[in-house]
Amino acid sequence: MQFESFSDFIAMGGYGFYVWLSFGSCAVIILGLLFGSLYEGKQLKQQIKSQMAREERIKKAKEMEAQV
Amino acid sequence: MWKWLHPYAKAERAYQLCNTLLPYFVVVSVLCIVVGWVWGLAYAPADYQQKDSYRIIFIHVPSAILSMGAYSSMAIAAIIALVWQLRNAELAVIAIAPVGAAMTAIALITGSAWGKPMWGAWWVWDARLTSELILLFLYLGVLSLFHAFEDKKAGGKAACILAIVGVVNLPIIHFSVEWWNTLHQGGAITKFDTSAIDPSMLWPLLINILGFAALVGMLTLIRLKNEIIQVEKHRPWVRQLVSRG
Repeated sequence: MQFESFSDFIAMGGYGFYVWLSFGSCAVIILGLLFGSLYEGKQLKQQIKSQMAREERIKKAKEMEAQV
Repeated sequence: MWKWLHPYAKAERAYQLCNTLLPYFVVVSVLCIVVGWVWGLAYAPADYQQKDSYRIIFIHVPSAILSMGAYSSMAIAAIIALVWQLRNAELAVIAIAPVGAAMTAIALITGSAWGKPMWGAWWVWDARLTSELILLFLYLGVLSLFHAFEDKKAGGKAACILAIVGVVNLPIIHFSVEWWNTLHQGGAITKFDTSAIDPSMLWPLLINILGFAALVGMLTLIRLKNEIIQVEKHRPWVRQLVSRG
């Protein structure tokens, strides 16, 4: 460990702002892209699901019409 | 080899391959980045000149390397897409582009935050910085070109051509510190004989580079899966997949 205490670690020898700005923005960009991509995939699957349900409903309605 | 490769031209096989590879990329990237960040931030010794501000190197260098690495992979995929007309390769181009853009943005932001305390300025129009900024615009150009066309085929072709043409920027970025008199320092770890960095700092840096490489792979695979599902959404295999989970 290079630092005496936790506050020393945060201070980064006076460069804390720049170091944590870098690591912070890096983490935000990576996590944003990661969760954004995962969310997109989920959304997409949901869309396909509702499209399938819709087609199923239309098919059923047509069958009903044919019976009447 | 063609016999072995050919099935992966099918979207379903490519999707399965993504699923098989993904866990390895997740494990390597999480492990390496956690170890690399803790090592780099808390255990690596401070620099004798730059003190603790140099710790930005542990994300600046990996993201900069990977911004160029991701671009080369994107260009290779673009060539494959244009020459062999493989749609999966075209999807790979679109899957990599945002990831590469993110890496470029990280390299620029961390470089800026490092330049302020060391050079006294957030930004200078130095050859290295400017060519890296152009790389970001190339990524964004590829993405917007793809989405600008009503016809997906034409958009894909245009995006691939831009990706290939943009490759000329890669050597410019790499050699900018040698060709021009730049404020940005020259390369330190690319020399094959002895590295200019002490092993106590080099090891966490190399671990971070490996972690970022796996991260780019992981994000690309996740995005590629989305792209495959998007274009194959009317196919039975996608419908089965969706209704199962």
